[in-house]
Amino acid sequence: MDKPEEEIWDIEISPRNNLLDLKLKDVWHYRDLLVLLVRRDFVAFYKQTVLGPLWFFLQPLATIVLFNFVFANIAKISTGSIPPPVFYLAGTIIWNYFSDCLTKTSTVFKDNSAMLGKVYFPRLIMPLSIVLSNLIRFAVQFLLFLLLMVIYSIQGYPIHPNFYLLLFPVLIVLIAALGLGLGMMISAVTTKYRDLTFVVSFAVPLLMYTTTVIYPLTTAQAKYPKYSWLIKYNPITVVIETFRKGFLGEGSFNWGLLGFAAGATIIIVFIGTIIFNRVEKNFVDTV
Amino acid sequence: MTKVIKVENLSKAYQLGDFGTGTISRDLERYWARVRGKEDPFLKIGELNDRTQKGTSDIVWSLRDLNFEVERGDAVGIIGRNGAGKSTLLKILSRVTSPTVGTVKIKGRVASLLEVGTGFHPELTGRENIYLNGAILGMRKAEIKRKFDEIVDFAGVDRYIDTPVKRYSSGMYVRLAFAVAANLEAEILVVDEVLAVGDAEFQKKCLGKMGDVSKGEGKTVLFVSHNMGSVRQLCDKGILLTNGEIAFTGKTEAAIKNYMNSSLDPKSGIIAIGTLTDTIKIKSVTVNGSPLDVAVTPKDEINVCIKYQCLKYLQGFRISLTLFKDGVRVLTVQDLEESIPIEPGYYRSDIKLQSYFLRPGTYSVAVGGHNTNHTNFSLGNVEWFFVTDISSFEVLEEWSSQYDFNNLGIINLPNTSGVRTATGSDD
Repeated sequence: MDKPEEEIWDIEISPRNNLLDLKLKDVWHYRDLLVLLVRRDFVAFYKQTVLGPLWFFLQPLATIVLFNFVFANIAKISTGSIPPPVFYLAGTIIWNYFSDCLTKTSTVFKDNSAMLGKVYFPRLIMPLSIVLSNLIRFAVQFLLFLLLMVIYSIQGYPIHPNFYLLLFPVLIVLIAALGLGLGMMISAVTTKYRDLTFVVSFAVPLLMYTTTVIYPLTTAQAKYPKYSWLIKYNPITVVIETFRKGFLGEGSFNWGLLGFAAGATIIIVFIGTIIFNRVEKNFVDTV
Repeated sequence: MTKVIKVENLSKAYQLGDFGTGTISRDLERYWARVRGKEDPFLKIGELNDRTQKGTSDIVWSLRDLNFEVERGDAVGIIGRNGAGKSTLLKILSRVTSPTVGTVKIKGRVASLLEVGTGFHPELTGRENIYLNGAILGMRKAEIKRKFDEIVDFAGVDRYIDTPVKRYSSGMYVRLAFAVAANLEAEILVVDEVLAVGDAEFQKKCLGKMGDVSKGEGKTVLFVSHNMGSVRQLCDKGILLTNGEIAFTGKTEAAIKNYMNSSLDPKSGIIAIGTLTDTIKIKSVTVNGSPLDVAVTPKDEINVCIKYQCLKYLQGFRISLTLFKDGVRVLTVQDLEESIPIEPGYYRSDIKLQSYFLRPGTYSVAVGGHNTNHTNFSLGNVEWFFVTDISSFEVLEEWSSQYDFNNLGIINLPNTSGVRTATGSDD
């Protein structure tokens, strides 16, 4: 039975929404805003800098030079047959993408409170724009990685790209979704209690060492046979290892682990989105 | 007529004070109550938002049990004193925050203008910011493209459209921002006092545009303002909020009249501060015979009449009158040259001002009293009281040679009757 026209409402504002209503239709309507926000971030990043987008290169370059010096030369951690710089860069660009998504998303309400407090749009747009802005950054750094790969293979190092690199798009989605999902969970708490922002600022750099950015999984398994499962089942490790397997030909890969990582990511994103949608309604009052 | 907004039992509670370690245990308690399906224990003790009373609870109801409906094409003015809940209501209607209790049902798209230029980025050009701001306000790219020329034209910033907005003058910035919002394609426009920016000419243009929107295009406008002149000009219905509750709904004129009459009601949110608040009671303050929002021309005299009651003998006392414009204290005058003794009883003080030295705009009247003389020497302890926002008036733009449009500034002085003399040489 149809309702009379009087009772058909486009918008209903009420204290609580259905938990599972993720408002994805709304997000779709605002897709132009998403693109414009990404563009704004990109333009604002290099305006009034001398080197401009070159800064995207310098950060990972400095990181691998330092890693090479500390971990490969001083600590002598083996990177297998892969030359250390390429090995580190593969891990670093993926880790950076994850950690940028996570840290920026976790303070999204606080950082944008001036704008979010004055106008409505689906709040999900904000973290999505963070993920996409950082994707551009990742893409630039990925080009650097390809360049380094080519240079080393010309010099005769054993770098063997193989068909596993077809999984690359899946890996990108996974890593972005992980950063997004965890970030959204944290953002919910930081709107009211800022404590967690401090935890994030020191814990995220430390967490890097629990993934295989600077060592191969096989080394960890050889040294700590009992506890290496912690590293092995970390979804970020799975992504980094699969990435190395596909592009460099060396890395631990199995379909079961990848499936596990994908499952974990889907759950994290789903819970993160639910929490985020719940908080967005009232965060203005507490942020 | 079709209803486009239906507000039912709308309430909004705010927690006062700091969030700290104390709040986490309370959050857990509230969460536990919710899990068991009980009523939130902290909302039960909430009280009405009356700033003059020292509250016992740190939960206040910014809005309490609002019920109203708005029909298509209505232009509704929401009036009330500071802290009456107007902005909270607009925030809920524009979905920036959600109510604690109750629902709002809306038909059509809502464009809310709680602030002009939300999301403007100083590094981006005017063109880029039009697209960004439009998208933030809910427009699709194609829509903005279609309206682009109209927006630029309305803002009058054609020459600067490809310059970063950080190089704009503040006036241009505001004009561009309003132009984007004014050209939104939405059925319902929610506007806070954003018109309090820009010069008088642009304000008129904005008011005109909003008038067109509601009357010509059949859109619905909700408008919050302290400026009764604009409300009267723009709105055909009014909602008066007092301490978070609806005190009156109906025709604009009636709502404004109600608002004026309520202005001296102790419940209306007027705050008197000082040591004399219990000794001197202000009974009424009128400007040229009207309690609020009189319009005067620069040629008029402004007669402020303050009626008050003195409850106990004071060794020295005189009344002072202060005018504020946009939060700036413009001037203060006293009714007497020195403080003199006052006996208990009823009094009235008349203070005359010339309006020509005030530039056009809305002035808020504050009244105080004290026992000091002109060298700030007081008889005994300094005793005083002060009441802000007790009345208001508007000085109209009636330009003349003595009230020159070009004599910009905070105050107005008539042009000097100087003579230009040809001196022949440069000494």
